[in-house]
Amino acid sequence: MKRFLFTVLLLTVAAAALSGCKKGGTKDGKNGGEVVVGITQDLDSLDPHKAVAAGTKEVLYNLFEGLVKSDPSGNLVPAVAESYRISEDGKTYTFVLRSDVTFHNGKKLTAEDVIYSLKRVAGKLETSDPEVQVLAAFSVISDITSAKENDKDTIVVTLQEGNTELIGYFTASIVPCDYTEQKTKPVGTGPFKFVSYTPMSGLVMERNDSYYGKAPSLKKVTFSISESTDAAFLKLQAGEIDIFPYLTADQAAQLKDKYYIEVGEMSLVQGLFLNNKVKPFDQKEVRQAVNYAIDKDEILAILNEGKGKKIGSGVYAGFTAYYNENCVNTYSYDPEKAKQLLKEAGYPDGFTFTCAVPSNYTYHVQTAEVIASQLKKVGITMEIQLIEWASWLSDVYHDHNHQSTIIGLDSQLAPSDILKYYISGSKKNFINYESEEFDRAYNDALATTDPAQKKALYLKAQQCLADDAASVFLQSPSLMVAVRKGLTGYTFYPVYVQDMSAISEQK
Amino acid sequence: MRAVKKIVSMFAAVVALSFITFLAFSVLPGDAAEAKLGTNATPEQIEALREEMGLNDNVLVRYGRWIGGVCTGDLGKSERYGRPVSELFSVTLPNTLILAGMAFVIIVVLSFPFGLLYARYPGSIGDRAGVFVNQTFMAIPAFFMGILISVILGLGLNLFVPGAFVSYDEDLSRCAAYLFFPALAVALPKVSMTIRFLRSALLTEKRKEYVRTARSKGLGEWEILRKHLLPNALAATVTFLGVVVSEIVAGSIVIEQVFGVNGLGRLLVNSVANRDYNVVQAIVLYIGIVVIVLNGVIEAFIQKEEE
Repeated sequence: MKRFLFTVLLLTVAAAALSGCKKGGTKDGKNGGEVVVGITQDLDSLDPHKAVAAGTKEVLYNLFEGLVKSDPSGNLVPAVAESYRISEDGKTYTFVLRSDVTFHNGKKLTAEDVIYSLKRVAGKLETSDPEVQVLAAFSVISDITSAKENDKDTIVVTLQEGNTELIGYFTASIVPCDYTEQKTKPVGTGPFKFVSYTPMSGLVMERNDSYYGKAPSLKKVTFSISESTDAAFLKLQAGEIDIFPYLTADQAAQLKDKYYIEVGEMSLVQGLFLNNKVKPFDQKEVRQAVNYAIDKDEILAILNEGKGKKIGSGVYAGFTAYYNENCVNTYSYDPEKAKQLLKEAGYPDGFTFTCAVPSNYTYHVQTAEVIASQLKKVGITMEIQLIEWASWLSDVYHDHNHQSTIIGLDSQLAPSDILKYYISGSKKNFINYESEEFDRAYNDALATTDPAQKKALYLKAQQCLADDAASVFLQSPSLMVAVRKGLTGYTFYPVYVQDMSAISEQK
Repeated sequence: MRAVKKIVSMFAAVVALSFITFLAFSVLPGDAAEAKLGTNATPEQIEALREEMGLNDNVLVRYGRWIGGVCTGDLGKSERYGRPVSELFSVTLPNTLILAGMAFVIIVVLSFPFGLLYARYPGSIGDRAGVFVNQTFMAIPAFFMGILISVILGLGLNLFVPGAFVSYDEDLSRCAAYLFFPALAVALPKVSMTIRFLRSALLTEKRKEYVRTARSKGLGEWEILRKHLLPNALAATVTFLGVVVSEIVAGSIVIEQVFGVNGLGRLLVNSVANRDYNVVQAIVLYIGIVVIVLNGVIEAFIQKEEE
């Protein structure tokens, strides 16, 4: 027994000693085109059609491609399709397929795979899988067929009614039609291919050498999961992570000189969303008062070191094609005016309300704390109620059972998608906003095929949200990414992705 | 007969525990279907997935289905990860066991020498200083000890990289090297308790008559301690260690969060957040069985001692 204990003690000491000297070893292994990216969310599915979380999609982006994909400035460029055209009435979309695309399992991509993939996300397969995220926008599709055009395979998508905004949704991943193990061993056409995944630990991918496009420079990429930004930051400081996309402002300040910081902007509408059907927010004056009482510049200064963009309506600042920049000036910080409005609304001494904030999003929680202190100055008490994400989805989002909440809304590259939350009576309208004027502008914008008119209508819809003070639209937060010196090419997109094919090691 | 009764009551406790967990889960807002489909799903899609997952059935029906599966060795499937629960266990359980095992070894290795030493020289400066150190360590909860260890041993002395956990199936020695530190965090407060317990058990023995007899026979103090006092105090200490083990199992869950260990504890916390019923049930079942069986064994041990 004694000897046994002694051996164990020796082993423990040896293990401790080993852990002390192992660090040098791993660092060397990283050169030669291998990169570790730190992420703070576990992946919710490896099947791209079932993935929900933005944190999953940004990883799978490297494995999968759609018919088209977004370039860094938000334009849609051909991917699996070499070209596409939309008929003038917006009723027919035609995609000419590339003939040199193969899946990671060696199978050649055919029109059949594309039709299968599109039907799958449109919910139009004969046996549908309830876990697949059906794109509501695809419900206007009446038919998907293939044809030959100059000896090339083409896909023709026919719609019931004209819609020129659908093209953004054709970024939906193309998967092989007869492959059943997508959930555990994903197979796509992207610049990287899947190697392994361990729950709560990470995902490993390697370069797809038979990629039809520009081959990535990196040979291997590991997405390493930490349970919080703090934990990931510790790993970053220890040199275990090369790229970390979720740096907070105070972390950025204490970053060591092994790294540099890239600053971008999130394609996110962060807001203090007020339930328009619940007292006291059923009164427009009260909502306006809250808008006047919140100092967005201070929020930016405290949370982003002044970076990020203030917004005043439901479209994020980076979506320049449809962003109404006038809305941001509708309510400038004016606590006196806020008090005045409160008095008119019958709340001369202010009031108390609760704000449900999902506790897993540190950023929103911190925003809530800043806002609570600002509202205090005009006599409004905001009680922050931290809730779990699952409860948020259920109570706030699906049941609209809340007084207010702080969240960030993201979207596909379509203005109709980011504004869908405000249509009267819609299930997604979790703030219960109601405005005939908004509905009319929205529906007309969706129906028109004239780009100028479409833009004008969407700008008007945004102005409605601002004028009615539908909620407090706060900001598109900045995004700070730590990149190890020696790596170049980190690129921001208006959609949430980590494009590893653009990264390379400087020699 | 008594043993049979005991086993039946232990079994009933496990079943009751799993049923209560099941009930508690059905009361929580949100379910696995909602958690899985997120913000873009329509109510119809959620309903369809609920139907497929069998969430629409009565709680009793679902519980019956689950317990039926367990009896045939099938723990079900994780809705979150789309893989069998047993597969997730095979990834996480060994890590947790290594952590718990190391913590136990550290407790035994550290507490026995100190316990003996303090009992040999009660009232000495060392003993009094020891009591002070012990009190301090006992007052520090494991998770805070974990943070202290991360900051001092990890970031300060660079003995390890906090968060850079390596799973057992990747590299066993690196895994064990990393787990030494969370194990230390779990063990230290328990070490203090065990030292104190052992010391007082030994001192109680020391006051008994036979010690004087032994002394008069010319035995040295160390010899008396080792040959007579320790064996007599051991029974009570082993019982105490049994309790400690079940506390280690609970303590590891918290500490896994602090150190980012890919173990059962972290899986449990994640699964609760995702409403992944089958995984939560399986983990609660595992912990329940460990604690209940351990208590049963300890009780049996005490009874045997009394007889």
